[in-house]
Parts: sequence; structure tokens; C-alpha cells
Amino acid sequence: MIKVKNLTKTYRVSRRDAGFWASVKALGKRETKTVTALDNISFTVNPGEIVGYIGPNGAGKSSTVKILSGILTPDSGEVTVNGLIPWKHRKKYVSDIGVVFGQRTQLWWDVPVIDSFELLKDIYKTDDAVYRRNLSLLTERLDLQLLLRTPTRQLSLGQRMRCEIAASLLHDPKILFLDEPTIGLDAVSKIAIRAFIKELNREKGTTVILTTHDMQDVEALSDRILLIGNGRILMDGAFEDVKKIKPDYASLDELAFHLYRRYGITGGEA
Amino acid sequence: MKAYFSYFRMRLIHSLQYRTAALAGVATQFFWGFMEIQLYRAFYSEHADAFPMTLSSLVSYIWLRQAFLMLFNTWTFEGELFKSILDGNVAYELVRPADLYFMWFARTAAVRVSKTLLRFWPILLVAFLLPAPIGMQLPPSTGTFALFMLSGFLTLGVTVAFTMIVYFSCFYTVSADGIRAILTPVSELLTGGLLPIPFMPAFFQKIITLSPFGAMMNAPLRIYSGNITGIEAGKIMLLQLFWLIALTLVGMLLQRRGMKKLMVAGG
Ligand SMILES: Nc1ncnc2c1ncn2[C@@H]1O[C@H](COP(=O)(O)OP(=O)(O)OP(=O)(O)O)[C@@H](O)[C@H]1O
Ligand SMILES: [Mg+2]
Repeated sequence: MIKVKNLTKTYRVSRRDAGFWASVKALGKRETKTVTALDNISFTVNPGEIVGYIGPNGAGKSSTVKILSGILTPDSGEVTVNGLIPWKHRKKYVSDIGVVFGQRTQLWWDVPVIDSFELLKDIYKTDDAVYRRNLSLLTERLDLQLLLRTPTRQLSLGQRMRCEIAASLLHDPKILFLDEPTIGLDAVSKIAIRAFIKELNREKGTTVILTTHDMQDVEALSDRILLIGNGRILMDGAFEDVKKIKPDYASLDELAFHLYRRYGITGGEA
Repeated sequence: MKAYFSYFRMRLIHSLQYRTAALAGVATQFFWGFMEIQLYRAFYSEHADAFPMTLSSLVSYIWLRQAFLMLFNTWTFEGELFKSILDGNVAYELVRPADLYFMWFARTAAVRVSKTLLRFWPILLVAFLLPAPIGMQLPPSTGTFALFMLSGFLTLGVTVAFTMIVYFSCFYTVSADGIRAILTPVSELLTGGLLPIPFMPAFFQKIITLSPFGAMMNAPLRIYSGNITGIEAGKIMLLQLFWLIALTLVGMLLQRRGMKKLMVAGG
């Protein structure tokens, strides 16, 4: 059970104009500005739910995922996940979660993928039998056979993403946070990954929070949609409710466009 | 514990791949040591008794410093760690059920050990084969050798704990370049990397010996060559232990406090 109450997160950013003189001037006094990434948001996710967390660029999705996974400390508000406060009980808490940051890599760059997997096994103290079972299941479902012995640097983006997702699942997490996990994947891989997440959710009751800009991911996976814009939760409902906004939509992207426009969040604000 | 050991092993195996770089390093380090010894010989031939170390102690000091340069220096940093703090890739390290401090400690130590494993033996081998005044000598006793080994381990710990402080200062400033630019020459001097500490003015010696820098390569290199013996050796190793603990605590504190304000960029 994930409970988020009145969560607020701001960043202090310094900015300056482009160019040489501006950078010299910035040496003296730095102009800092506060950006509110999350503005008093609240929601609850029940065990076994798959929640599609959507919103335009800069809405605050990644900030939420970082707080939920214990790596950012919010300014104010409460978060408990199965009774633990992520950033306070970080070390104990993270054994139970799996995180995929679609923009980053967790695999060691110049060693074979399998070596990174084994290291993760030791770090999470995963039981031998559990590890072997998960590894063979993931290898089969995500088609990793030929990739495991290849150094990460030699993998294509999509091949690497399949390995990244597998890496986050080896320790049997009860909760999954996926921040744009289908970036750069071809149709076959996307479908394989969606099917696998669905299967995990059905068989093990894994709770999933998924952020993505691919509305097909959301349609295929989410029972529930949370819409965030300018740091606020604007809508909490089912995919069916979203469809009512524009019943005659030509494509899912068009539907998202109308959804964002309906809530006045068409431009990502920085 | 096993987690940190696996992390150490991963990095060790990985760095052992860079053999060519090591070969070049061996050549330069050997040449540098050789030239330095020639220079000191010239000085010693004039007034041998005007110096605070015997020539043979000094020669052993220099060869050991060259052989273990990668283990004991204060200027080897992994650019990847600085980068991961700045670009936010540290995010993945923070979702592991382990301490970031000890993961990076293990990793930093592993890089130093692997670089040293590739470099130290050819240098020492040749240094031992060289004839008397410029050749490396065996330690005076097996007890001395044991103290040298122990003190060497402590030096690795103190040095790594020192570099960890530099890494985690990055949590507070946008770039560590400034800190590194100042620390590199200063620490090189204070650790006895350019000139052994006994050669420095008496007043300086006292301060440095009590500082963390005196608890680095200064200790094992002088113990081996018989320049520090008996109760003095015990004292300096206690200081090493003290600085190991103190620097580790400072680093951990910097990391813990920095985490609260860390912004984890990107995504
Ligand atoms: N490390 C940071 N430092 C300063 N500002 C940040 C930082 N991370 C995010 N922000 C700001 O916070 C806001 C929310 O960013 P966030 O990354 O959470 O958005 P997002 O919904 O994930 O966007 P996208 O869909 O583009 O990934 C943005 O205005 C962004 O500029
Ligand atoms: Mg994002």
C-alpha cells in the first residue's frame, strides 16, 4: 500500500543567460530561483494495482518516482509504502522495490550483462533458487539468451533496455516503479515487456507505477490513470474515463493531446 | 559484507583488463625513480651525514613509492563517480539496499589494488636486481616487513577515506574541479610524495606527522627502510588507525547530510 499525502518538492535552480559575459557575471552573484516540481499532491495506490502516471514534460512524474524510491527527500508531506518512509528507511525499504529509469543504465558498461546480474544478486542477497528461477524466466520472456554474455557497451539501445528491465526484476520486488521503461524499444520488445509486466502483476500481485509518454503502454497495462500537470494531480480515474473526453479520437496521442488541453497543461513549463 | 566484496571484485576484475596502460606506467615510474635516486646520490656524495635519512633508506623509500604509487597516491580519482553525482546516475546506486559510502569505498580501493597488482612487481624486481647503492634492500627483519604490510593496509584505508571526502564534497558544490586543483599539489607535498617528510623543516614535520597526510605513505615507506622503528612505529600506526576512523566518519557524515539536499538530476 502506497500512501502519499500533501507531498511538495521544490528545486533551487540557478540560471543565467547564454554567452561568455553572462557566465562571468554568474561567478559573482548567482541568481537562484525556486521551481516547484510537486505541489501538495496526494494519492493512494493499493497492492496489485497498475497505475499509469502520465502528464506532459516537466509535470513532475520523475520527481515523484525519485521520492517514492527513496532517493530524494521532499520538502514536506508524508509518504509511506508498506509502513516505511522511503527516504528515511531507504536501505531496508529498497529491497522490496524494483526501479527502472529509462534514461539511465544500471549495467556495468564493459563487462558482460550476466556479471552485472550476479553482482545485483549479491547486493540484494537474493536467494540462489529465486535468482535462477527469475533469470531463466526473464531470459525466456525478454529473449536475452544471446545478450547475457555480451558486454553492455556492445548492445543496441533496445537490447540494453530489455536487460535493464530484467536487472530490476531479479530480486523479486513487490513494487515496481517504471520511469519510461519502453524508450527506444521496437514493437516486438514493447509487446513482450507489456505482456511480462501484466503477467507479473497477475501471478505475483506486483504493484506497478508506470510513467510513459507512450499511450499504448498505458492502454495495455493500466487499470488506473493518474494525471499530473504543473506538479498537481489533475485526474484520477480509469482509461475508459479518459476516452470519454474525445470518444472519436483518431490515435492515442491525439487522445492524450485532448486530455492535456482539457486540463490546460499543453505546454510543459520550466 | 558480501555485497561490498562482490562490488570490490567486480571493479578489480574489470580494471585488470588495462594491461597496456600499466606497461607504460611501469616504464615511467621506474625511470622517474631511477633519475631521482641519481640526483640524491650526487647530493649524498658531497655531505652524506647532512641528511636525515641514510642513502639506503632513501633508496628503498623511493623504489617503494614508485612501485606502490597507484595504491598510495592522493590524486587518483574515478571521473565516473564525479559524473554520476552530477548527471544523476547515482540514482541507481541509491536504490540498492547497501551503503553508498561503502560501495564506493570498495570500488575505489579495488581500482587502486588492481592498478597496483599490474605495476608493482616489475618495478620491485628490477629494483632488487640493481647493485648496492641504488638497488632496493631487503627489510632489516621479518618483523619489520610485517609492520610494513600492516601499515600499508592502513595507508590504503586512510587514502581511500580521504578521496571519499573529495567525492562527497561534490554533493555540495557543482563541481569538484576547484577542490581537486588545490588538493592535488598540496597533498602530494604533504604526504611525502615529492620529498620524504624527514627532509622538511622540523616545525613542518611535527604538524604533518600529526595530520592525516603523515598517516599515509609516509608510514609504511619509512617503516620498511628502518627509518621508523620500535615504539615510534607503533605510535604512527595508531595515528593511522585514528585517521582512518576519523576520515571515514567525516566522509559518511558528508554523504548522509548531502543526500538530503541532493537533487539527482535528469529523467
Ligand atoms: N535536479 C533538478 N534540478 C532542478 N530542477 C529540476 C530537477 N529535476 C527536475 N526539475 C524540475 O522539476 C520539474 C519536474 O520535473 P520532472 O523530471 O519530475 O518531470 P517529468 O514529469 O518527469 O517530465 P518528463 O516527462 O519530461 O520526463 C521540471 O520543471 C524540472 O525542470
Ligand atoms: Mg521524467
